[in-house]
Amino acid sequence: MAEHDAHGLGRAELHQLYRALVLAKSADASLDSLHRTGSLETSVASRPGRSEVAAAAAFALRRADDGTGDLMVLSGSSAGAVFLFGLDLVDFFRQHLGRATGPTRGRDAGGSWLDFSRGFVGPLASHGTMIEVMAGVTLAMRLRGEDRVGVVLYGAEASAAGAWHEGVNFAAAQSCPLVLVVENDEWGSNRGVPRSSRLSTFQAKGPGYGIGSESVDAADALAVFDSIRRATGLARAGDGTRLVEVRYPVDGSAADPTWVLRTRMLESGWATTQELDALESEVAGACTAASEQARAEPVPEGRDAVPGVYTDVELPAPWTRALHPGAALAEGAL
Amino acid sequence: MTRLAIPEHLLKTRRGEPVTFLEAISEALFEEMVRDESVFLLGEDIGVYGGAFKVTRDFLGYFGANRVIDTPIAEGGFTGAAAGAAHMGLRPVVEIQFMDFISPAYDVITNYIATSLYRGAGPMPLVIRGPVGGGNRGGPFHSQNVEMAFFHTPGLKIVYPSNPRDAKGLLKAAIRDDNPVIFEEHKALYRAPALREVLPDEDYVVPLGEARTVREGRDLTIVTYGAMVHRSVEAAERLDRDDGLSVEVIDLRTLLPLDDDAIVRSVRRTGRLLVVHEDTRTGGIAGEIAMRVNEKAFEWLDGPILRVTAIDAPVPYSGSLEDYFLPQTEDVVKASRYLAAY
Repeated sequence: MAEHDAHGLGRAELHQLYRALVLAKSADASLDSLHRTGSLETSVASRPGRSEVAAAAAFALRRADDGTGDLMVLSGSSAGAVFLFGLDLVDFFRQHLGRATGPTRGRDAGGSWLDFSRGFVGPLASHGTMIEVMAGVTLAMRLRGEDRVGVVLYGAEASAAGAWHEGVNFAAAQSCPLVLVVENDEWGSNRGVPRSSRLSTFQAKGPGYGIGSESVDAADALAVFDSIRRATGLARAGDGTRLVEVRYPVDGSAADPTWVLRTRMLESGWATTQELDALESEVAGACTAASEQARAEPVPEGRDAVPGVYTDVELPAPWTRALHPGAALAEGAL
Repeated sequence: MTRLAIPEHLLKTRRGEPVTFLEAISEALFEEMVRDESVFLLGEDIGVYGGAFKVTRDFLGYFGANRVIDTPIAEGGFTGAAAGAAHMGLRPVVEIQFMDFISPAYDVITNYIATSLYRGAGPMPLVIRGPVGGGNRGGPFHSQNVEMAFFHTPGLKIVYPSNPRDAKGLLKAAIRDDNPVIFEEHKALYRAPALREVLPDEDYVVPLGEARTVREGRDLTIVTYGAMVHRSVEAAERLDRDDGLSVEVIDLRTLLPLDDDAIVRSVRRTGRLLVVHEDTRTGGIAGEIAMRVNEKAFEWLDGPILRVTAIDAPVPYSGSLEDYFLPQTEDVVKASRYLAAY
């Protein structure tokens, strides 16, 4: 039996990590299924392995549900990693399906939702902008002397945006406790990275901003966990901003992080086949039940689009939408 | 802990002395930072240097580097960082050194900050303030008015004061507001001697969203804001003296949300409306005001709604060009006479 490094994780923690990966992958697969069967109008941007890697990274954080824990921004292609933050599986599907009962009540798309108390932030902005925003979030942590860090996960393409540069530079200059995690995917393929950078590794960008950086294999969830734990530990200890590159395979094949971890857990005797099969079956059932429940729930009323633009100013709906438009016009309700 | 002495130049109101428009803004910032520890400042050269126009002179020494943060020259980056700090319960006030430089932050302001509440990401209590306007021979990149670049973005508020008393009260209200506010300060007003006034030595605010009638009149309404308030009043006085016309002047103070009621109330009395703004003509706020009056007071109009504005061009540098570019008092007089005789 092969021996592997569990990076200090005990058996129960390894099972939790594995469950997080399975859940992330299953949730993504359920979204894909909803799209293919016509229930979900917009396609999901998830790409193989991204949600599992995000889950492994999130596993390294100090998570809390009372607004005192670490904060993490997920990338657009890692929607299924939200559950380690205590977010509800049905809410996940409600949000993606644009239901009135969902976290944003149908106002924002897909993974773009957040729960600051639990430490989860969806990708709410254009490429690179969330790094600027998280620079400010972690600046606030530093100014208040809080023992917290922020992590922002993003696709490699965001590294070409001006917002990325301004955000990283600001965070580095202000010694913000922020860890950047870049998904270096499509490495060497005929699209993506080669067209947006002369660098083949994003680890090289760190020193240019005066921040420490390291690189890790996306297929190895335990290594990702260990790398993020190390980087966040240094950021927490006052080392400021850091960068972790997660490398995806060149051809996009193989190296499924969930399968790699499963194999390792079985080889090392950290789990039995029966245990992992049961876990996978339980998660698949939960995803099916949750997606079915969300699908059966109502979409918002059209008029719900009107309120909530300001905290204190009510904007009117167009007078033509009034029950009696003529009366509304006469009353000056324009 | 021994509290540092308040810098002398920030005590003028307390001593009963008149303050300039700029000093009123400095006092508002200072008093809000003393009142609320969550208020902090971000901007280029606002700390050691005290700001390009010295609005934050001596703030760094009093409040320290954690509350007066000198940033890189990267408006998008530090405005985005302000958004993050606002998420965390702080109340950042961002200084854009010249508001012309706000354009790199357009994405984060319109796509992120303005939409935060609506999208369920919570309120965004931050102020983005800075100098605007022409007349100082600053050329195309140091003279613009930026309000209409943001006017059609739901979720933002836009404030543009015309005098020290309003500037102080409106800035305090903006800082206490839970919505993002863009606060424009016309640089020609900053140190204008004629505007110096003694302010109330009390913690007052001027509510956002309420226009002010600067001068009452019966024959014609001029709706304006910022530096053009003073040119409009000057024109109104000349029209009173030379033509016997009674001209009402309304200072909008807040551009978004717009105080429709104040405009409509006045137009329904005078039957004539002239909108005066320093911003360029096409897509200027006059168009929106005209449409609202068309919707709400059409039957009361006795003539076309007219506008006096800057010409549709970048702000030129040379004095002769800039003077032609900017709306002058004489333009307001001419338009008013035409409208009154219609």
